[in-house]
Amino acid sequence: MKARVFVTLKNGVLDPQGKAIGHALNGLGFGSVGEVRQGKLIEIELAERDEAKARASLKEMCEKLLANTVIEKYEIELKA
Amino acid sequence: MKSAVIVFPASNCDRDAAVALEQMTGTKPYMVWHADSQVPDDADLIVLPGGFSYGDYLRCGAMARLSRVMQDVIAKAQKGRFVLGICNGFQVLTEAGLLPGALMRNADLKFVCRPVGMTVEETQNVFTRKYDHGQRVVFPVAHGEGNYVADEETLDRLEGDGRVVFRYAQGENPNGSARNIAGILNEKRNVLGLMPHPERVCDPLLGGTDGRALFESLIEALT
Repeated sequence: MKARVFVTLKNGVLDPQGKAIGHALNGLGFGSVGEVRQGKLIEIELAERDEAKARASLKEMCEKLLANTVIEKYEIELKA
Repeated sequence: MKSAVIVFPASNCDRDAAVALEQMTGTKPYMVWHADSQVPDDADLIVLPGGFSYGDYLRCGAMARLSRVMQDVIAKAQKGRFVLGICNGFQVLTEAGLLPGALMRNADLKFVCRPVGMTVEETQNVFTRKYDHGQRVVFPVAHGEGNYVADEETLDRLEGDGRVVFRYAQGENPNGSARNIAGILNEKRNVLGLMPHPERVCDPLLGGTDGRALFESLIEALT
């Protein structure tokens, strides 16, 4: 099973990097660009066939290491 | 007073900390490698130094707090051993859950490396008892991710409990930290984390001596 974990800053947490990216895109002429938020994508291969178990274990990974839940939130995407 | 400095791969202020500790205490600190299982039991103070432990992979301090020696540091801190985290050491302490909040990318995205004025807000603890309450001090900062963030409730609690020890002086906040916070204590007041570098201002040759009182405080309390 393959998982993709998206780690992003919580809503309300200022994202200066996202802001800088937004300014740069505006500077390149992409005038329609509004707010930009950036984050991390972590791809994980899992030797697990049971989706519920995989999800539970990924959630634990996020809580313990992949995200700092003081400032970040995460989303898990699973593919068989 | 005996001390120990933890050395992670890519720590780079471990030697600065060791020199300052030796100059101030007269005793060489133990240098404890990250893969060691224990910090010597007679080390009264454990210092987590500045640097870029594990290349700042994932997040600053996220890998370091999982290292072998940190399990012992965490256990000892919970039992009341004194721990001082400077710069990357502060980041490691927040990642380890020994201090609340998190340190984010500086608000203006720039790495800042310069002396910064601060006030000593609290002196009722072993780390700053030799300073005057409200004293202005200047320590150098050198970081890209020192922007202290915590939710309002945590910030209120830190202030209410007198755990904000160092605050950037008005107009001198170098990183966007909430409420100008530069350094905080844990609830039991045995763990201090701060972004500025007291160990770099212990010798007049280095341009200042405002950091000496921090080590003098510890020596007085722990000897």
